[in-house]
Amino acid sequence: MVDTIVKAEALKAYYITKAYGVERTVKAVDDISIEIKTGEVYGLAGESGCGKSTLLKVLLGDFQPPLTVVEGSVSYQFEGMSKDATKLSEQDKRDIRWNKVSYIPQGSMHVLNPVRRIQDTFHDFITTHKGTTKPQSFEMTQAYLRDLGLPEKVMRSYPHQLSGGMKQRVTIALATILYPKLIFADEPTTALDVVVQRGVIQLLKDIQKKENSTVVLITHDLGVHANLADRIGILYAGKLVEEASTRTILKTPKHPYTQFLINSLPSFDERSAKEGIPGRPPALDHPPSGCRFHPRCPLAIEKCSTVEPPMLELAPGHRAACHLLTDEVNHAAG
Amino acid sequence: MQQAKNLLEAQDLTKIFEIRKGFSSKAFHAVDKANFSLASNTPEIFSIAGESGSGKSTLAKMILGMESSSLGKLSYKGRLIDSLSNREKRAWFFSEVQPVFQDPFAAFSPLKRIDHYLYETAANYKVVKRSEADDYINAVLNEVGLSLAEVKGRYPNELSGGQAQRVAIARALLTKPSLIVADEPVSMLDASLRMSIVNMFRKLKEENGVTIIYITHDLATAYYSADRIAIMLRGWIVEMGPVEKVLGEPLHPYTQNLKDSIPQADPDKSWDKSANLAEMEADEYTRKGCRFAGRCPAVMDKCRQQEPPNVQHLGRAVKCFLYETTN
Repeated sequence: MVDTIVKAEALKAYYITKAYGVERTVKAVDDISIEIKTGEVYGLAGESGCGKSTLLKVLLGDFQPPLTVVEGSVSYQFEGMSKDATKLSEQDKRDIRWNKVSYIPQGSMHVLNPVRRIQDTFHDFITTHKGTTKPQSFEMTQAYLRDLGLPEKVMRSYPHQLSGGMKQRVTIALATILYPKLIFADEPTTALDVVVQRGVIQLLKDIQKKENSTVVLITHDLGVHANLADRIGILYAGKLVEEASTRTILKTPKHPYTQFLINSLPSFDERSAKEGIPGRPPALDHPPSGCRFHPRCPLAIEKCSTVEPPMLELAPGHRAACHLLTDEVNHAAG
Repeated sequence: MQQAKNLLEAQDLTKIFEIRKGFSSKAFHAVDKANFSLASNTPEIFSIAGESGSGKSTLAKMILGMESSSLGKLSYKGRLIDSLSNREKRAWFFSEVQPVFQDPFAAFSPLKRIDHYLYETAANYKVVKRSEADDYINAVLNEVGLSLAEVKGRYPNELSGGQAQRVAIARALLTKPSLIVADEPVSMLDASLRMSIVNMFRKLKEENGVTIIYITHDLATAYYSADRIAIMLRGWIVEMGPVEKVLGEPLHPYTQNLKDSIPQADPDKSWDKSANLAEMEADEYTRKGCRFAGRCPAVMDKCRQQEPPNVQHLGRAVKCFLYETTN
């Protein structure tokens, strides 16, 4: 029996701003339910501006106004402890963050303090949580870097002396040195070149395997997901539109948006002309009625613009929200 | 001006930087003896690919006239780029060769309206009369799939990354250039938007006859769009030829490594073996012998001693000892 580590139920998180009496609500996460199991790598994919990072912030319990959780809950379950991530006290946050739940932010190579050596940054980090002395911290750091196969000389370096890929790997080491059970990674490889990206992915994979930790990974690059994730959730305009195992998503996607995403990728097998996805994601303060993808969907039927499609269970572990799939599900049932 | 056969020609083009450490300094060849040429009668997309820190951008800067070369020759339509005076550059060269950079939001000031750049470029290069500027700019924006109405009066933050990059390309097209140097134009964009930009490059090449130098580390889009490709490694061009040959069946171990590193959106093609990563860029640049020797799976003794030769093999140029005997 695999336990659930994070569970989001009917989660709605909006950016609510009020300026000069005009209220504006951006529905960045709208009615999303996901369940992430212990020891798995869960990938979240979608275009820019579809709510990936907002969802991650809420799952992490790190959000400030204007981002507000309007409805729903996120519960963490580890070691018999259950906590609602949206209602953590300051003390809880301090206990949980980095110890149990860790976060690799977007562009994380810029988080390193440019005027301190890497080892001092590590010491700061470790001593706040474990109360270690400097030599103890250095020893831990050295052992951990050796474990991960990173050169020990980075400890004495300043950030500017390291290449982008090395900085990224050092930040991942920093985020995982306290052996967190749950790691959130937001676009950890964007803007890195392919060779370095591969190294970063392998590092994440190694850490995950070694500690059997759970990773929630955001990236728009389905190639990265194919190599790392066990399950993938596809987000579009604040909604979860499809969720299945990596293989199912990539081989037999059902939702038209997922099919678009996959077909727009160039591959080495053919050089025929490929189209990008027409149009662009909708603004989330006034999302389209009905299915949010209908203005861009080539298969849209009349119903799509008025009725919001329900989440359908196509097969065990494969969910998608599209009217066109209703028949398929009914067929299978009948 | 006589009509030169080549649009752009590089002969043993070299750029040397110096790393200072205390009182000593070390020469560092960011681009080392690059040889290539682009023909003027047939427009093409020429891709330059390689890791970060392999000298791609330095090469681009030299082509754009933003850096001078240290050794060797680089000529555009038969004229040495380094020998052009500032006046000639402004009057002629800059309108012929235009850049598109990586981050469109860094290329445009957030405090200026984005159409300002279009009008300014049109005015600076005197491509049209002021009264006709609106129509002309609108026509150019149409070519990149936008219209003046969509961008007029907008600030860069009001546009999506893909739109801003299109405006950047439209700005480059205003002067009717023969050559566009695009330095990592898609690496900041979503995978789904990349295709639309790359498709546009193909269209510009075919319909407008613009030659494009497409610099990228994304080999998949390079394979999709380019005609020829040069793979750069720490300043060297290690493999160069038609893209179907070089990426279809890479010969140089470094090209193979690059190609293997592309994550494929196919669960049957995930990686099984681990990659060797470079630790320090500077070490590789100043290494004796082949600069890939530290990471190469097929490394031989002589690779660590001497620089590998340039050989022609299976329709492309490759710089590796492995193919020396077959020549």
